[in-house]
Amino acid sequence: MTSLGEIPVRVEGETQVDFGNARPILGEVRHALARLLDSGEPTQIDLGAMPFGPGDEQRLLDWLGRGEVNASIEALGPTRIQETALRGVWLVEYLNADEQRIALHLEIDEVPRLLRAPREDLRDGLAELDARLADADGNDPTGPAAD
Amino acid sequence: MVKSSATDTAPGSSNETTHPTPSAPEHRGPDTMTLGESLRRNGVSRRGFLKFCAATASMMALPPSMALAIAEALEQARRPSVIWLSFQECTGCTEALTRSFSPTVENLILDTISLDYHHTLQAAAGDAAEHAREQAMHANAGSYLVVVDGSLPGPKANPGYSTIAGISNYDMLMDTVKGAAAVVAVGTCATFGGLPKADPNPSGAVAVQDLIKGKPVINVSGCPPMPMVITGVLAQYLTFGKLPELDEYNRPLAFFGQSIHDRCYRRPFYDKGLFAESFDDEGAKKGWCLYRLGCKGPMTYNACATMKWNGGTSWPVESGAPCLGCSEPNFWDAGGFYEALSVPPGKSGDTLLAAGVAGAAVGAGVGLMARGKAKSAAKSHQTVTVDELEQQL
Amino acid sequence: MTSMDFLMLTKGPLFQAALAIFAIGLVVRIVEILVLGRAHNYAEPRGNAVVGGLRTLYKRFHTDAGTFKAAPFDVVVGTIWHIGFIIALLLFIPHVELIESTLGIAWPALPNPVVDAITAITLLGLMAALVHRLMHPVKRFLSTPEDYLIWAVTFLVALTGYLAYHRVINPYPLGLGLHILAAEIFLVVLPFTKLTHIFTAFIARYYNGAIFGRKGVQS
Repeated sequence: MTSLGEIPVRVEGETQVDFGNARPILGEVRHALARLLDSGEPTQIDLGAMPFGPGDEQRLLDWLGRGEVNASIEALGPTRIQETALRGVWLVEYLNADEQRIALHLEIDEVPRLLRAPREDLRDGLAELDARLADADGNDPTGPAAD
Repeated sequence: MVKSSATDTAPGSSNETTHPTPSAPEHRGPDTMTLGESLRRNGVSRRGFLKFCAATASMMALPPSMALAIAEALEQARRPSVIWLSFQECTGCTEALTRSFSPTVENLILDTISLDYHHTLQAAAGDAAEHAREQAMHANAGSYLVVVDGSLPGPKANPGYSTIAGISNYDMLMDTVKGAAAVVAVGTCATFGGLPKADPNPSGAVAVQDLIKGKPVINVSGCPPMPMVITGVLAQYLTFGKLPELDEYNRPLAFFGQSIHDRCYRRPFYDKGLFAESFDDEGAKKGWCLYRLGCKGPMTYNACATMKWNGGTSWPVESGAPCLGCSEPNFWDAGGFYEALSVPPGKSGDTLLAAGVAGAAVGAGVGLMARGKAKSAAKSHQTVTVDELEQQL
Repeated sequence: MTSMDFLMLTKGPLFQAALAIFAIGLVVRIVEILVLGRAHNYAEPRGNAVVGGLRTLYKRFHTDAGTFKAAPFDVVVGTIWHIGFIIALLLFIPHVELIESTLGIAWPALPNPVVDAITAITLLGLMAALVHRLMHPVKRFLSTPEDYLIWAVTFLVALTGYLAYHRVINPYPLGLGLHILAAEIFLVVLPFTKLTHIFTAFIARYYNGAIFGRKGVQS
């Protein structure tokens, strides 16, 4: 099945109207940044829950700009993380396996949450490494004991 | 036996390493696994699960910061058995749900419920299908969910208007609901009666909530309802194991708490007084407010304005069509779809004219009577002279 | 009854009923006045009655200096809220749509924020008028229960409309239904109270002017 994005759409008449629904988000981002500085509390803003008209989202993203960092996570489909021109304001786009967006968040934090390794995973990693080391101690082809 | 719409798009396409939970008992079958276990078994990593929870929070209209709480709750959630009954309906509700673009979070939710009976989607037919329903009712007595789309002929109506396998809709609903934990009425027909109940209601259609007593009924109205809202309600039940907070129509407040008007991106034009006056005038092209073209957004409570349709592509107002108010009771009979909200149904002009004519007739009669009285008074008027008066004194 | 049932009731049968009572009541009264006519004047006319009538019909909009000096508050506040009420009634877009659907005629409307501000001023004017009526010894002495009734029905229409526009009453169908109900009460009460002045004031002005016009004197 062709995706909706492949259907050609031609917009007639007026050039893009500013519906004025993007700018208030900047105020929310401002408060979130101040809160992060003051108390270290991170904020997520669900852009999917905003009453955006056509072009509003793009206008917001243009205002936010692009920063230095971008990251991609492959888990249940890709997740793209792009730092905006404002340090600490991250655009997090969750996609499904068909690269269709399932959610779009702004995260105001030092590092986006999804990039941090979950603590349970650290524990699992430690256990895994211990198991490998134990295995290696018994039969280590590269260690000095092999001489 | 039952073919879920989403079986061919199960999660697991990701090539992440599986992280088996040490505590996960290996002997558990799919029906007793928690959602966390089932996802991890399908190769979904913790990051993937967290992402799933972030998207689920969006879907449940919860703030994104709830994702961690959802993750904790979903780890423990169990697959509920769902029996889906379709009565006097057009299958638009099921279409809306299954045609939502895939694979999505909705499908993950659908995968995690056990859809045991849905006579449009299931492969089985006839006795086998009805047997599946009875089996699910028996095996999950007291804990299954009943989803209903479509209205049904009420207890006093001719049951012949709608039957399945020779069973009247009314009997099937009452029988199935007996052992249910809760009922989810999906679509405006099931929630409010919808089109079948519209004047003159030939089949005596009633809504599900008119019949169910003593069981929680959650209404997800809309014609069709938003697929994200249907799955959001199921996800909420799955996540928190309890029913969501409801409005006066038993609709979940998370989705029906705000009106279309309050969340409409064209609202600034209403506030400025800029209106489209026909479907192709300058205002319509500039995307101005559709109030004068009949938009029922101010009285309609639904989530379209932010969740939108077709994977966030658009929604009626964005495509230039006024909101019909499809998630509100009796919207079919609430006046013309293209008449402004302030315009009353019926022919007010005729009422005014008839009343005016009647009033004029009565007024003329009363006036003429008064005139006649005045005239006869003038006729019987007797003149007196000052002398006569003085004589009387 | 749900809020939508309430809205449908007020928009549907109650509106038709209120409209019928209003039209019958008002037309009976006006036709009665017109059919009754006036006593025949046998004196030779010294001027044109029609011209005099129409002139007075218009000239009464101007306040004469004496009245203004005697009661400046009544003139200023009364004028403000009367004009405000008429603007909100006739130039608000949803009302224009309603009138067009009922009478088949329409006219341009004002932007919502303008009507909103005017309604706020009207509400303040009505409140000031009530306070003045209660504080002023002569006005209070002259006031009958009917005066307070028609103040209340007028104020309620404007107030519920203001609340509905600002979506203060939730759910909205309830707020809108209350406004429509208030308007229906206004319509029903109108023909049977002093509110008929909305229409009869102009008949009275015309007759007044016509009498003077015929006599060839100014009024």
